[in-house]
Amino acid sequence: MADTPATEVQPAAPAKRKGVKRRAFLIGGVAVVGAGLFGISIADRNAAKSAKALLESDGGHIFATWLKIGEDDSITIYSPHTDIGQGSNTGLAQMLAEELDAAWDQVRVVSAPAEPAFANVGLGRAFLADMTRQPAIINGIPQSFLSFIARQMNLQMTGGSTALRFTGRVTFQNVGAATRLALVETAAKRLAVPVAELTTQDSHVIHAKSGRSLRYGELAAEAATLSLDNAPKLKDPSQYRIMRQSMQRLDIPAKVDGSAQYGIDFSVPDMRVATIMAAPVRGGKLTSVDTAPALAVKGVEKVIKLDDAVAVVAKGYWPAISGLRALTPQFSDGGNGGISTASIFKAQGDLMAKGDADGEASDGDVQAGLGAQPIEANYQVPFLHHAMMEPFALTAHFKDGKLNIWGGMQDPLATKMMAVDVSGLDADDVNFHPMIIGGSFGRRLPMYMEIVGQVTKLAMQLPYPVKLIWSREEEVAQGAYRPQSSAALKASLTKEKRLAAYRNDYAQPESAESETVFPYALPAVSRRHFAHVSNQQTGAWRSVNSTQQGFYNESFMDELAHAAGEDPVVFRRNHLKAGSRHVRVLDEVAARSGWGSPLPAGTGRGVALVESFRTIVAHVIEASIGEDGMPKVHKVTTVVDAGSIVNPDAAMAQIEGGTIMGLSSAIGEAITLENGAVQQSNLADYPLLKMAGAPLEIDIHFLNSGADMGGIGEPGVPPAAPALANALFAATGKRVRNLPILTQAKA
Amino acid sequence: MAIQTSINGKPVALAAEPDTPLLWVIREELGLTGTKFGCGIAACGACTVHVDGEPTRSCSLPVSEVAGKSITTIEGLKSADGRLHAVQQAWISAQVPQCGYCQSGQIMAAVALIEKTGSPSDAQIDEAMTNICRCGTYPRIRKAIHAATGQAAKAAKPAEGGA
Repeated sequence: MADTPATEVQPAAPAKRKGVKRRAFLIGGVAVVGAGLFGISIADRNAAKSAKALLESDGGHIFATWLKIGEDDSITIYSPHTDIGQGSNTGLAQMLAEELDAAWDQVRVVSAPAEPAFANVGLGRAFLADMTRQPAIINGIPQSFLSFIARQMNLQMTGGSTALRFTGRVTFQNVGAATRLALVETAAKRLAVPVAELTTQDSHVIHAKSGRSLRYGELAAEAATLSLDNAPKLKDPSQYRIMRQSMQRLDIPAKVDGSAQYGIDFSVPDMRVATIMAAPVRGGKLTSVDTAPALAVKGVEKVIKLDDAVAVVAKGYWPAISGLRALTPQFSDGGNGGISTASIFKAQGDLMAKGDADGEASDGDVQAGLGAQPIEANYQVPFLHHAMMEPFALTAHFKDGKLNIWGGMQDPLATKMMAVDVSGLDADDVNFHPMIIGGSFGRRLPMYMEIVGQVTKLAMQLPYPVKLIWSREEEVAQGAYRPQSSAALKASLTKEKRLAAYRNDYAQPESAESETVFPYALPAVSRRHFAHVSNQQTGAWRSVNSTQQGFYNESFMDELAHAAGEDPVVFRRNHLKAGSRHVRVLDEVAARSGWGSPLPAGTGRGVALVESFRTIVAHVIEASIGEDGMPKVHKVTTVVDAGSIVNPDAAMAQIEGGTIMGLSSAIGEAITLENGAVQQSNLADYPLLKMAGAPLEIDIHFLNSGADMGGIGEPGVPPAAPALANALFAATGKRVRNLPILTQAKA
Repeated sequence: MAIQTSINGKPVALAAEPDTPLLWVIREELGLTGTKFGCGIAACGACTVHVDGEPTRSCSLPVSEVAGKSITTIEGLKSADGRLHAVQQAWISAQVPQCGYCQSGQIMAAVALIEKTGSPSDAQIDEAMTNICRCGTYPRIRKAIHAATGQAAKAAKPAEGGA
């Protein structure tokens, strides 16, 4: 991510930031710390007041900004997260509704407005420490995750598998519980009975003694005037009725009948459609373009030149893309014309060979431990494209000094602030209207939302609304890719087949240190980062650095097990801390997969165990190489310990999807460069896994150890590639050290 | 000259240029946005509709080629009384969609497969269901197709009375 151009704004937060890299996540630094998160302790009452006014304009009563109770008992929850299909809004609603004792069928979730008052400050440590008074949660978060969330302060970001485990546990459960107390207090006064005699159920406060009950809707107006308890007692899990249940996802019905409105579906009268082409060599500028061929296409109205791109505005997408294709724009290469996939791998290898690391995390004397003849292996992985199914599409309209933007982005508030920045307008004159998102996987995060700047620039010079749609070709060529990365791994074994030392040198733009968990207890371990930046924009790709680090470490552990002549499960177990969560996950996956039982000839079994986002996932994969040279995955057995699960079926769907995305990337995906430009052009040459290539069976089991809640959207990805590679080694004796497997099989 | 065709059972005259892909006519001229744009080269299937009952990737079919034909989009799957098609119901029961963007196309492909085969085997599903889902909902799509199969056959018959 180091090569990501982005605006940095000094955060307003007083959080301790020592050792935390400030990153582009902080664009939205305008938000006031604590504002609007929790009724009583807010730092900025004006922000809370404006939030209240905004949400109560159509009736109902607001509690702690995130919750509205209507007089008709309707419960509206304002989510600061973007539900990209991971089910997080349903999960958040379950958490709040559980503590509120709400009637589940009355609950709906809408997106919180993209206003500073709704910044999700709950993700910040300062807020955690100062306002929630729940040190147990804070102490349970290792520094690596604090640095991750610190990057997100003041934003409405969705990412890092944080929605339920931070926003949900820290904010939404407390809001639900505190609001329930306010409703009970109001009812006690009205019924003239002690609070202790009242219970709550299905959006009613009940006085069993007298047989009377009051609806939440009739208590809401008065209860909303009370100060909320900042640290209400939460339920014991044994009392749960809504959490830990597989509630049907609230967003699904509209996704089966075509009625769900995604950003690309937005339409207003007089709207025009634009499409765009940016410099194919990232870093280049538009030098010249003859606009005539586009203007000759029927329906094309305008060709707009931007600094590094050319856009065609037309009556519809087809004339727009036809017009764009008719152009032969000239771009400079920004001095990047010599960059290629091979040149990046060479530069990364040279850096590691030189040995001058940019960062090191180590424990013990690795150099001595490795000795004179360590076991060595070099690994390489390519850039990966997010390939979300809905291409970027935003509609913008500048009229009477106001700019309105509609679409789906992973961070509505940062989207608005970027449009403010680009347009030069006041924040009050810019509105962003979040819509449903057709996939993201990290692509629609604030630091690489160049489409926001593009559509703002177009709208500011057009007299009508304009919807800018990126073609799939543009999407593939202008990504924010998972970095191309290399690793040089070394380890040594003792006579007793135990690892004495382990070194992981890796080269890529950014350090992976804050996200890497190496679970094995060894006498000496070292990870060294060698910073190499190319002209490509790199970013968070589902599970971020854990994809490549998981592949490196779990593949190499497999090599070491074979070098030691030990079974890969036994070898791992021997190096894990006895009694740890990791051992339990490993043992469980071995037992459930029938590890060690006979397999048909040509089929192998591989295991991998990776912790990411505080969740431990192990896959055992059975695979073979088909006659066509394609890897075939027959069966996946998966064990997950995420601490606890809010919605088991939705969690299972996330692990299924993460596993398949991991397999897809391992088998066939690669973005390659030649002459500084991306070589792939569309989904035809960026092969994603389809039904026939997906495993018939993914058998998933959750352990629910009770540890602090881990993420669920991302952790299924990292162990998929190494488990598959290890299975193929078991099947064929050929070790996969370069991804994707497909190009290696062809070579 | 207007192109005459039928969309979801209603006759329409389309004003689009003849080379315009059917997808953009459906989305922009008719305002039926349930059919999605994914790749523009018939690689992903998000734009799948039925043309005379055949699953067709509408992003790569010029509208001139559907003159006189009958087109069904995701919006046309419900029965006249608004009841969901059995395949749509199975999609909800199996909680198939995640981001949901590809699912209109997946459902249209599945409905066509079921109409053709009755009760498709796993191999038939692998062969026919070539639409891309980046969220990785394939196992649930397979499950939903199996679950829907019996129901879909019944639903295809004229009203048997009652839900």
